[in-house]
Amino acid sequence: MQTKRMTFPGRWLPFALLAPQVIITLIFFIWPAGQALYQSLLREDAFGLKTTFVGLENFARLFRDGSYVNSLSVTVVFAVGTTLVSMSVALLLASTVNRMIRSRSAYTTLLVWPYAVAPALAGVLWWFIFNPSIGIVPYMLEMVGYSWNHRNSGSDAMLLVILAAAWKQVSYNFLFFLAGMQSIPQSLIEAASIDGASPIKRFWTIIFPLLTPTTFFLMVVNVVYAMFDTFGIIHATTAGGPAQATNILVYKVYADGFIGLNLGSSAAQSVILMVIVVALTVIQFRFIERRVNY
Amino acid sequence: MASITLEGLKKTYTGDVQAVKGVDLEVRDGEFVVLVGPSGCGKSTLLRMVAGLETITEGTLKIGDRVVNKLEPAERDIAMVFQNYALYPHMTVYNNLAYGLKNRGFNKDEIEKRVQVAAKMLEIEEFLERKPRKLSGGQRQRVAMGRALVREPAAFLFDEPLSNLDAKLRVQMRVEIKQLQRRLKTTSLYVTHDQLEAMTLGDRLVVLNAGQIEQVGTPMEIYARPASMFVAGFIGSPAMNMLPVDYLNEQGANGLLDNLPDGTDIVGIRPDDMHLAPPSAPHLTVDSTLALFEAAGAESHLYVTLAHSDQPTVIRVSGQPPVAEGETLRFYVTRDALHPFNSTTGKRTGD
Repeated sequence: MQTKRMTFPGRWLPFALLAPQVIITLIFFIWPAGQALYQSLLREDAFGLKTTFVGLENFARLFRDGSYVNSLSVTVVFAVGTTLVSMSVALLLASTVNRMIRSRSAYTTLLVWPYAVAPALAGVLWWFIFNPSIGIVPYMLEMVGYSWNHRNSGSDAMLLVILAAAWKQVSYNFLFFLAGMQSIPQSLIEAASIDGASPIKRFWTIIFPLLTPTTFFLMVVNVVYAMFDTFGIIHATTAGGPAQATNILVYKVYADGFIGLNLGSSAAQSVILMVIVVALTVIQFRFIERRVNY
Repeated sequence: MASITLEGLKKTYTGDVQAVKGVDLEVRDGEFVVLVGPSGCGKSTLLRMVAGLETITEGTLKIGDRVVNKLEPAERDIAMVFQNYALYPHMTVYNNLAYGLKNRGFNKDEIEKRVQVAAKMLEIEEFLERKPRKLSGGQRQRVAMGRALVREPAAFLFDEPLSNLDAKLRVQMRVEIKQLQRRLKTTSLYVTHDQLEAMTLGDRLVVLNAGQIEQVGTPMEIYARPASMFVAGFIGSPAMNMLPVDYLNEQGANGLLDNLPDGTDIVGIRPDDMHLAPPSAPHLTVDSTLALFEAAGAESHLYVTLAHSDQPTVIRVSGQPPVAEGETLRFYVTRDALHPFNSTTGKRTGD
């Protein structure tokens, strides 16, 4: 197919039209990223009076540091947990809503609401629900003999942040799964039911395999979300604690840089995060092209 | 093998939309019955009710001696071929064919045997390891048929299976479906809107209109004696011409119209029963002007404007007669070519 080529009369018009986007990218993305890269090679005292060039020393220190390695593994647990919980709940909801006819749009609208809640608010919401002194869930857990306390139990705290983060992401996943399911021709499902497959079997042998592209896309999006967009949730609920149990990489960048005022180390950590984002983006672009044809 | 019996089958959608308004029909064991009608006549709904994909609002449906109204599609022992083939895109052709057998717990050897037999019959053996998207329309169609016949069901249901194919392939597949059905002798119910497909495929036709049966009969019965003006207009191409009796009398009917059945006010005449040369039998004559000449190879269609009338009328003649557009044509019709109807009831008179 031949695309129509646009030509401009003047030399400056195309540059002028591109300029806003380029300027925004330069000021808000390239410059700070460059700053971080540069800063990651420096050591600075807490008052910003003296900076020394230390090469890759900040990076080397990070990987020797037990708390950073701990943060890495915490992040993996958190990201995998959040992705699994949010995607499986979303898949369940989507397949349920997909079977509805009349009330489908009402449910869809309601299920999208959590996505509009700010991360910090979502965190506080769950913090209240799980609050060891006033929360409803610990009260109920007490009755079955479990003493919930995310202030001193690392696993309780992890569960809390995973729940809060996953809850917010369910809406997004739900929309994509629902759209994916609706693009599967109804006749395929009918053919399968004539072929003697029960609804559950139909789901696992027909619907789920056909949703593979959607599932893969959402997996990447969810991992990125859990790693980078959950600062507010962590900050409002556990603040990385107890004892570093929920101190994910992004939160550690903040804690080390702005509370610990170790700017060099914080910058080095954000550079590592940048590398991770680049890697995830590459994966997404490489594999997102694999589509199923109907 | 089984018969399919429909007794007073009705389908009402919410909001009182009646898609099927009481259909009685018996498809005998081994018979090929075609449901034909214009779009929206309820033929697909009816088929889907038989398949179990639509609930039955009222009436009884039997496959063999079993009442299957409430049974799941899988329990009805039927197989269906869909208009868009509905092949599973993520499975190979082999697995597409085997899926239904696996679900029914057949053992591996039996599945292998049946798939190979079906593949051989349909000449798709070489595609067994391919995915459906690598196949052409005709090949997909065969796979869809294969999936239906590996299960050796009591009945085949076809939902406009040829309408996604190009004209040439459609004719070829039509012949293959017919031959296959003759060989397997499996009771078949086939839905189409194409009257030619219906005429050529069916042992019997069921002409549906607005959710009701207009006429049931062999293709030639229906062609020779259409029971209503609707059937007369729907079966046969070009469609039957409808001329008012009063008009024909004015044009000089030679008394041929005097003994038509009571209530006849309109007569239908097939385009091929209008002759340009006077036949030896008693006949009536009508003058007309040739508006458009359409040569279709072995035959020609003459679109004429009748004298003193604006009734659009088509004449079919074999070969290419030496006529020019704008010329005045006189055509002749014999008495036995007239199909008498009453225009108020829409029914054939004298039955």
